[in-house]
Amino acid sequence: MALRLRPFALALAVLAGLTGAAAGKTLRVAPHSDLKILDPIWTTALISVNHGYMIYDTLFALDARLAVKPQMVERYETSPDKLTWTFTLRDGLAWHDGSSVTAEDCVASLKRWGARDTMGQKLLSYVAGLAAPDARTIRMTLREPYGLVLQTLAKPGASVPFMMPKRVAETDPGKQITDFTGSGPFIFKSDEWRPGEKVVYVKNPKYKPRAEAPSGLAGGKIAKVDRVEWLWIADAQTQVNALLAGEVDIIEAPPHDLLPLLAADKNIELFVWNAPGRQYALRFNVLHKPFDNPKVRQAVAYALNQKDMLASVIGDPEWFSECKSLFPCGSPLESAKGFEDKLDSNFVKARALLQEAGYDGTPIVVLQSTDLVSLSNLAPVTKSLLEKAGLKVDVQAMDWQTLVSRRAKKDPPSAGGWHAFLTSWASVDVLDPVATGFLNASCDKAMFGWPCDAELERLRDAFARETDAAKQKQIAEAVQLREVEYPTHIQLGQYTQPVAFRKGVTGILSGPSIAFWNVEVK
Amino acid sequence: MIGYILRRLAATAPVMLIVAVLVFLMLRLTPGDPAAIIAGDNANAEQIAAIRNRLGLDEPIFTQFFIWLGNLLRGDFGESFFFKKTVGELIASRLEPTLALSLATIVIAVLIAVPLGVLAAYKQGTLIDKIVMGFSVLGFSVPVFVIGYALIYLFAIKLNWLPVQGYQRIGDGLGGFLQRLILPSITLAVIYVALIARMTRASVIDVLHEDYIRTARAKGQTELKVLFKHALKNAAVPIATVVGLGIALLIGGVVVTESVFTIPGLGRLTVDAVLARDYPTIQAVILLFSLVYVLINLAVDVAYTVLDPRIRY
Repeated sequence: MALRLRPFALALAVLAGLTGAAAGKTLRVAPHSDLKILDPIWTTALISVNHGYMIYDTLFALDARLAVKPQMVERYETSPDKLTWTFTLRDGLAWHDGSSVTAEDCVASLKRWGARDTMGQKLLSYVAGLAAPDARTIRMTLREPYGLVLQTLAKPGASVPFMMPKRVAETDPGKQITDFTGSGPFIFKSDEWRPGEKVVYVKNPKYKPRAEAPSGLAGGKIAKVDRVEWLWIADAQTQVNALLAGEVDIIEAPPHDLLPLLAADKNIELFVWNAPGRQYALRFNVLHKPFDNPKVRQAVAYALNQKDMLASVIGDPEWFSECKSLFPCGSPLESAKGFEDKLDSNFVKARALLQEAGYDGTPIVVLQSTDLVSLSNLAPVTKSLLEKAGLKVDVQAMDWQTLVSRRAKKDPPSAGGWHAFLTSWASVDVLDPVATGFLNASCDKAMFGWPCDAELERLRDAFARETDAAKQKQIAEAVQLREVEYPTHIQLGQYTQPVAFRKGVTGILSGPSIAFWNVEVK
Repeated sequence: MIGYILRRLAATAPVMLIVAVLVFLMLRLTPGDPAAIIAGDNANAEQIAAIRNRLGLDEPIFTQFFIWLGNLLRGDFGESFFFKKTVGELIASRLEPTLALSLATIVIAVLIAVPLGVLAAYKQGTLIDKIVMGFSVLGFSVPVFVIGYALIYLFAIKLNWLPVQGYQRIGDGLGGFLQRLILPSITLAVIYVALIARMTRASVIDVLHEDYIRTARAKGQTELKVLFKHALKNAAVPIATVVGLGIALLIGGVVVTESVFTIPGLGRLTVDAVLARDYPTIQAVILLFSLVYVLINLAVDVAYTVLDPRIRY
């Protein structure tokens, strides 16, 4: 049998020989999604943010311990009244086209980003002036002290303040950019970009890394491969097969149910690069009965429990942990205050609250996205738990994109609206009360769900103004206690997403976002 | 004949117009808002409305339709809502993988299925016939992705002969092109082998009872000639129909195989566009698929006249 097959194998080997091989060291990555939009300011899509980290740089960045560190900035100082911030850029920073990075470029970039991002908008609302007195100096003048200047400039997650050349940053914030010149450690090869197939980056030979060791998104960003290819493989099983066969070096986000298959192979390693991971949440729409009554929402907090939720979607407890804090467990603002007796499926208490609220049996419309494995099982578990507490629940199944459109509707649930849906976000997106979009309770200006609570907004503003870390923590706890009284959403626990890679790949960094500098492949 | 072809081509225009209207209306009636998808998780109502305005989605539906139709008549399919590329560019980049996969599949299927079908007909009722028909039933019954994963496991992971996934354009090297086409083509060919073999068997069995077959044998023709020159030629019309429909189905409907083998073809483009509610792309690819169906049907009708000189239009 073996002898008969040999000529066939030989023919295939000849075919393989006819295939050209790329010169230099290439890192082949199966990313979590296809890169469709190349402008990381225009969209909040995570894959576009990852693309941004490849080719752009940031003024500040979070290290592996989520501490803010200067990145493009060499030094910074604040005036005694904390109203003037002066940032000096590192010497020798250059765009991919060879021209120098200037303070004017950065000012234009901050303005464009500030027009799109919620934290950026908040920061710019405190800014009286943003100027570039010389090529390396950025001067930010505030109307009143703002406690989150550095955290905002270093923010990871959705909508990162990436620096772009002035000519690019002057693009209308509502339109996508078409020039992808950055100053980051890799250069985007637009001529090799094939949407739905692959994205190619090459090492930026002129990149000037910081002298410090790399840590998270901060420190020396040294590209250790000549080329990085993101190969979009839509099918999860095929991603795993490609890794097992050595056709890719890294799978960014292998599904949890396939992890045992990977763990069993001696050539594959798993690594949790993002310890805080992601957080699940149930979002309320407060516009309609019965969720217009905070007591009914409080009853939901008593009825649900995180363990059942997490087990239904993640499965193996190795990859999830219960966390009653609104802000990620393991982060500086972690606290269980106000939630000690909640999220334990206390149906007796939940029923009592529903009775107190005068719940009349109105069915709760819960939107269920059925096409995302990481979310689809949450809705049936929610239904089961809420029904045990005495609520009527109508789970409506749809694909995620339909859900995205539907959640933007304010109509009554009986006319195409909704009461609740389930989602997840990166823990780094909810590090504090200002960054957490679901805590925005500014009524019509709030995100879908439209919570409206002056006290919550007052506390969030107080947090933003506070510059002392200890006092910020106190305010964050007050925010959490207020959220217990006026629930905007329910946190449903944390999970981690390991990256899978072949032995021979080294240097993947822990941090708030996946990074491909420092990674070597043998 | 030329007049017939021209008449059929002229009839294509109203068909395409009806398809255009239906596709446009159905998309607008489908739940989902591309503006909300583009805006992302942190967007508020104002931002979503601004995107809707920029995409022209806040115009009355008739205005949107006539703008699109006008552009279409000028050969402009529009720009994808998501990729900063024209729909024409997107389709052009996906055409080669789909055509290569479809043609390779059909060639493999015809080369295997037609002789098998003829053999099964010739050996009707014997063990060979039962084996061929058993394989046909299996080919229909086993889902394509199961065949794909099984072939990947055997030939790519265990034997390491062929790549697991991916597509290499023919311009980037013939070796890699063929190497990456083998497994997906065989995977897809299984169901078409089953279909064409059954159709061939049934058609040839019908023909084998005809008088002219008896005459051919009486003239002393070899069985091979009787089967392939006399029987198969006369049984070819239904086989050509199945092969033609097969090509049309392959061009628009190989989503699962494209996903399992990561082939960036039109099927995946369509699914991605539908999931993202990328209206310009969906509209263009569905129009393209409709055109392919119409043209392949025409080609099959023309092929009848070659295969059977008695047919005249």
